[in-house]
Amino acid sequence: MKHIKIDPITRLEGHGKIDIFLNDDGEVANTYFQIPELRGFEQFCVGRPVEELPRITTRICGVCPEAHHMASAKACDAVFHVDPPPTAKKLRQLLYNVFFAGDHTTHFYALGGPDFIVGPTAPAAERNILGVVRKVGLEVGGKVIEMRKRTQEVLKVLGGKQTHQVTSVPGGVSKGITVEEATSIEEHCRWFVEFGKFTIQAFHDIVLKNQQYVDLILSDMFSHRTYYMGLVDENNRVNFYDGKVRVVDPDGRELVKYSPAEYLDNISEHVEPWTYLKFPFLKKVGWKGLVDGKDSGVYRATPLSRLNVADGMPTPLAQAEYEEMFKTLGGKPVHATLATHWARVIELLSAAEMALDLVRDPDITGTHIRAIPTQVPTEGVGIVEAPRGTLTHHYATDEKGIVRKVNLIVGTTNNYAPISLSISKAARGLIKKGSEVTEGTLNMIEMAFRAYDPCFGCATHALPGRMPLTLRIRDTDGTVLQEIRR
Amino acid sequence: MAKPKLALYWAASCGGCEIAVLDLHAKILDVAGAFDIVFWPVALDFKYHHVRAMEDQSIDLCLFNGSIRNSENAEIAHLLRAKSKTLVAFGSCALEGGIPGLANLTTKAEIWEYVYGESPSTVKQNGGVYPQMHTAVPEGAIEIPEMWDTVKSLDQVVDVDYFVPGCPPQPERIWEVIEYILSGKPLPAKGAVLGAGEKTCCDECGRTRKEKKLKKFYRPFEIEADPKECLLDQGIVCMGPATRSGCGALCTAANVPCRGCYGPPPHVVDQGAKMVSALSSIIDAHEPQEIESILDQIADPMGTFYRFSLAHSILRRVEKQ
Repeated sequence: MKHIKIDPITRLEGHGKIDIFLNDDGEVANTYFQIPELRGFEQFCVGRPVEELPRITTRICGVCPEAHHMASAKACDAVFHVDPPPTAKKLRQLLYNVFFAGDHTTHFYALGGPDFIVGPTAPAAERNILGVVRKVGLEVGGKVIEMRKRTQEVLKVLGGKQTHQVTSVPGGVSKGITVEEATSIEEHCRWFVEFGKFTIQAFHDIVLKNQQYVDLILSDMFSHRTYYMGLVDENNRVNFYDGKVRVVDPDGRELVKYSPAEYLDNISEHVEPWTYLKFPFLKKVGWKGLVDGKDSGVYRATPLSRLNVADGMPTPLAQAEYEEMFKTLGGKPVHATLATHWARVIELLSAAEMALDLVRDPDITGTHIRAIPTQVPTEGVGIVEAPRGTLTHHYATDEKGIVRKVNLIVGTTNNYAPISLSISKAARGLIKKGSEVTEGTLNMIEMAFRAYDPCFGCATHALPGRMPLTLRIRDTDGTVLQEIRR
Repeated sequence: MAKPKLALYWAASCGGCEIAVLDLHAKILDVAGAFDIVFWPVALDFKYHHVRAMEDQSIDLCLFNGSIRNSENAEIAHLLRAKSKTLVAFGSCALEGGIPGLANLTTKAEIWEYVYGESPSTVKQNGGVYPQMHTAVPEGAIEIPEMWDTVKSLDQVVDVDYFVPGCPPQPERIWEVIEYILSGKPLPAKGAVLGAGEKTCCDECGRTRKEKKLKKFYRPFEIEADPKECLLDQGIVCMGPATRSGCGALCTAANVPCRGCYGPPPHVVDQGAKMVSALSSIIDAHEPQEIESILDQIADPMGTFYRFSLAHSILRRVEKQ
């Protein structure tokens, strides 16, 4: 038995680690994808005043604190039985859509994009954002930096801080915006829409016009038939901030559409002793192990999942591209994991259009921004779509609003089982008896999970966006036969 | 002349410190130009074994963020200390445990029992399955690091030269620190706090203060605070008086109270104790019993006064029987 370790892939907290075991024929016997850390938020939030949780749970993730801030504030609304005024809801949604546009930008250009823009088997030293800039020109690189700068500026105005926002409170927001601020944000949002259109065009020019890439996207090695999950509005269109969670089966038929308060009827979590992270699954289908298909409760919650479950996008430009994607890829649902990148740029454009609509709404500069809770706090669930999947915060308190129980099902966690499956399938497809495992092989395995924009790569949202990897192939005695570093 | 060598690392953290560095925007290219970045797992392909192979003290500056919460965090802290001339605790978690340090109000056993057992979505199989450091699987053995019972700050594990506070440190302050180091000016005395002010958060706050006389405290959700007056004057617990300046009082400008992420002010060891003394002096009562009953209105003094600093406070953790 040979043992290949990929350690570390950069991180959730600390890092992720992949172990690949080969049998004596040199074929993949099994793979294990491990998460090495737990911080225990669910337990140490107990005893805290519930209104503090939107300011504590942001520290679960410094890359997507907005998602935790929003899910937490919505859970607090539910705990206090209070409905924020329209202006407050719109300000939260404005913040959230601007965040989505910025976050998807960073992933597309710095993390996932380089595989396509520079090429999946290009030299590792080139396959990063700097390589992207070399390939597409400094002007585009500058646009990406400007997009990030502009979104962070808007987030600081709306959220109080650009990282770890503070303005969403039970029943609304702590601070409104002035007409001048709205005018300035509107100018930014117009720029975001143009950037979204530009990105869609770039995706067509670089990826879709290259038959090799299209073949790669559609190859069986990067495909899984699973259930899909995502929030939809009352018209079954994609919504990042609010709505019901819709789940469709591998044939695209609706399995269930549930309200946040019903999540426990629908989601359970399985524990394995070799990792700190749990495996969520669909309760009604059941845990059948790390397998895909209709009998397995494994589901995916990603940009592609959201488009698979919805009947359409909430904005016109994104809707046109949504139709184009499903037409090109052969209808819904799309099982090709790498098509997640296409779905992501469609969401980027939609978030930008949505933000522009919201900031132009006359309500946005309203001054009624808080509903002060008057009822006895009890229990509540808040759900939003994080960029990396459906995010659920569930709190129960005593009659004074002191937290007694917290349960969290976090974006990337939803995808722990499918990411494990994708790694396994890619490894089985790429590592064959007698074939040399090259650096390119390694990157192709990485591409299998990079499409999920996993939160252990959350922070890999950073500059060159290349995960450091070491892959070791060992024989049964543990002797290293081959080592690849990058 | 060779460029100075820079390393950045994260232990138990959220990634927000890394984002704050990226929020230098175009200036990040200046950083990349001025330094030879020899280790930055988030961005570059240098690995632990590369660091192990370096000469001791060969890294000129290491910015270390995150608290120390498991065996791997500690191992890398020791490694980077040995390899670095100057080691900086960067951000609240490395400085004082940060929000992950609130886990010192509970225990590893309690966390595991809840997360892997009692949580309402978790399927508890045959009395419970819990993570184990070594697992024998049919094909061989696989390992994960050991989680600690107590969260520690970086300086509780290794010797630290400087401290940069904030959750996260504000990008403008980070740039000041980097500019200072690049200027070649002599470094401040060991143990100095960099990238922050020498006063309290109140000194940066634009709200109007009066002579305080408090008889009643409100929780932030209970009232709509006046946007111009001091929050503490309005009876909302605000950590401003017990917090170092440096952030620009962003939270109070957003009409929410300070929670103390820039750590204790100069010459104060324990932020929570400082807050208790600050509150005692502004309560409109003289009898100890009355003072106590007013202070009792504060919902969660431990989790509020020590929101970011519990692991580094004189308490360090709550002992559970």
